[in-house]
Amino acid sequence: MLNQLLKLNTKVFNTDPEGKGTSYGAGVEKISTRQGFGEGLVKAGTDNEKIIALSADLSESTKANLFAEKFPERFIEVGVAEQNMASVASGMASMGKIPFIASYGIFNPGRNWEQIRTTICYNNQPVKIIGSHAGLSVGPDGGSHQALEDIALTRVLPNMVVISPCDSIEAKKATIACAKTKDPTYIRLARNNTPVITTEETPFEIGKAQIVYIPEIGLAHVGIIATGPILYRALIAARDLEKMGIKTKVMNLSTIKPLDTDAIIALAKEVKAIVTVEDHQIAGGMGSAVAECLAQKYPIPIEFVGVNNKFGQSGTPEELENKYGIDIANIIKKVEDVLKRKINK
Amino acid sequence: MEKLATEKIKILEKTANNIRKDIIEMLVEAGSGHTAGALGMADVFTLLYFHALKHDPKNPLWVNRDRLVLSNGHICPVLYATMAEAGYFPKDELMTLRKFGSRLQGHPDRNFMPWLETSSGPLGSGLSQAVGMAIADRINIGQKTIYTLLSDGELDEGNTWEAIMLAHKEKLSNLIVIIDRNNIQISGNTEKVMPLHDLKDKLKSFNWNTLEVDGHNFEEINNAIINAKNNKNFPSVIIAHTIPSKGVKAWENDYKWHGKVPTKEEAEMALVELGASS
Repeated sequence: MLNQLLKLNTKVFNTDPEGKGTSYGAGVEKISTRQGFGEGLVKAGTDNEKIIALSADLSESTKANLFAEKFPERFIEVGVAEQNMASVASGMASMGKIPFIASYGIFNPGRNWEQIRTTICYNNQPVKIIGSHAGLSVGPDGGSHQALEDIALTRVLPNMVVISPCDSIEAKKATIACAKTKDPTYIRLARNNTPVITTEETPFEIGKAQIVYIPEIGLAHVGIIATGPILYRALIAARDLEKMGIKTKVMNLSTIKPLDTDAIIALAKEVKAIVTVEDHQIAGGMGSAVAECLAQKYPIPIEFVGVNNKFGQSGTPEELENKYGIDIANIIKKVEDVLKRKINK
Repeated sequence: MEKLATEKIKILEKTANNIRKDIIEMLVEAGSGHTAGALGMADVFTLLYFHALKHDPKNPLWVNRDRLVLSNGHICPVLYATMAEAGYFPKDELMTLRKFGSRLQGHPDRNFMPWLETSSGPLGSGLSQAVGMAIADRINIGQKTIYTLLSDGELDEGNTWEAIMLAHKEKLSNLIVIIDRNNIQISGNTEKVMPLHDLKDKLKSFNWNTLEVDGHNFEEINNAIINAKNNKNFPSVIIAHTIPSKGVKAWENDYKWHGKVPTKEEAEMALVELGASS
C-alpha cells in the first residue's frame, strides 16, 4: 500500500483495472515530467530575476517556451548548438545568472558533455541542465533519440547533482528547488504523459529518497528502488507481488547524486535483497550507484532492471519496455530472482 | 581609451620583453609546456594588461572589471607572466608553473586561482563563455568590455563558429575577440592541418566588425581596440598576425615550438638575445 505519510496520489492504482499492469490506463491523471519542468521554471523565474533560460531550438518540446513567453528578455535561443549553449550558460553564471539549458537528453548532456564537464562542473557554475525525452519512453522517434546513457554521463562528474523526477509534480518541485542552489544540476525528463504519483503536499528535498510503498502488514522481503516515471511500473509490480505473497518496499530515488546512502543502507538492512528499476542503461545508471554504495557498506544480492547494453528502436513505449526488459513482468521476475539468491545465501 | 604616445610604446616594449624572458625561464623550470604561442602573444597581453583592460591587480575580483577569457589556455605562461608583471602575485611564484600545489596550473584553473575568469585548455569553448558574459552584462547594464583570446588552430572547433553566430545575432558590441593568427598548431602549419584560407573574409561573412593588425605593433592593436569599442552595433574581431616564438629568431615560425620547451642551453642563448634587445 502507498505510504500514507507522503500524501501520494491515492488514484495511482486506478490505472490498472485489468490487474495486469501492462497499460497506462484510465483512472489517474497523466502529465509529462517536461510539463512539470516548464511550469516550475516559470515559478522560479517569477521568484528570481537571475533565472535565465536557454534553448537549442527545442523550446516547445522541452516546455521552456512557457518561460520564454513570460520572460522574453531572459530567454536566449541559441539555435541547434548544444555545445555553445552549455558554455554560454557557464559564462552567464560567472556573471551572477542562474541559467537553465534545455534540450533533449541525448544532446544535452550527450552532445555537449565536455563543455558541461569543463566549463560548468570544473568551474562549479550553477548551470541547470535539462535533458528531456530521456529513456525508451520516447518511443516512435527511435533509438538515436532515446537517451539511455545520460545518468551515467552526469553522475560521473564531480560537483554535479543528478535528479530524475518520477512525475510532473516532482519535476516542478525539483526545478524550483534546484534554482535555489549553487550546484550544477542535471534534471532528467520524459516526453510522455505519465501517471501523477505524488501530490502538491508530498514532501520533496534534493538528496532525499522516499519509501513510497510498504506492505499492508508484516515485513518486506525485497526492496525495489526506482527512479523516474518508471516508478509507476515498480508500484504496480509491488502491488501484484503482494497479491502473490511477496512483500516489498518501493523507494523513489529521484535524486541519484548525491545519493541518499543512509536511506539506501537502512532499506538494505531491513530487506537484505534489492532490485533497482530505471529507464536507462544498467551500466553506470542509478542501479550502479546503488550497487557502489551497498558493495562497500552493506553487500547484499542486487538485481538490475534496465536496458542491458542495447540501443533502442521505434515502437510504443509499452512495446519497447517489453522488448528491452524494463516492464512490470521483468520487475516481478527480478524480484523473484533476487529472493532466490537471498534464500540461498 | 587613449591613443598610445611614443613614450608609452617604449615602456610597453620593455615590459613585453621582460614577460618574454619570464616565459622562457618558467618553461625551462617547468620542463614542459607551450612556448611558441606564449612568446607570440606577449605584445598583445602587454597592451591589454598595461593599457586597455579596466582592472585592478590589487583587487582582482573588483566587480566592475572588464573580463578577459583566454580560450586557448595552453599559452597560459604568457597570462601568468603578464599578471605577475602587473602585480597580481609575486614574480617568484612563476617558477612554480605546472608543479604540484601551484596556483599556476598547466592550464588555467580558477579552482586554484579564483581571479582567472574561467578554467580553460580544452579548445573551442572560450568564445561561448565570453558570449554568455557579454549577454549577462548587457542584461545587467554593466557596461564592461568582454575580451576573448582565441588561437587560429581552435577555429577548427565547430563550437567556436556556433558562438560566432550567436554573438552576431545578439549584437554583442561589448565583445572583442582577438585571434592569434600565427599560422601554426600542434602538428603543423594551420594551412596544412586544416586550412582557414582567407580568415578575414570568413569572419566578415558572419557580419562581425572585422579588423586586422600586426600583433607585434602596439599602436595597431590599440587602434583596433579603439575601433572595436566605438562600434556600438556588432561584436568585433581583431585578427592579430603574430610570429610564433617571436623574439627568439631561431625558434620563430617553426610549429615544432608549439608544444615543447627549450633546454637550459637553448634558453640561455634566447635570454641573451632578449637581453640585448631590451
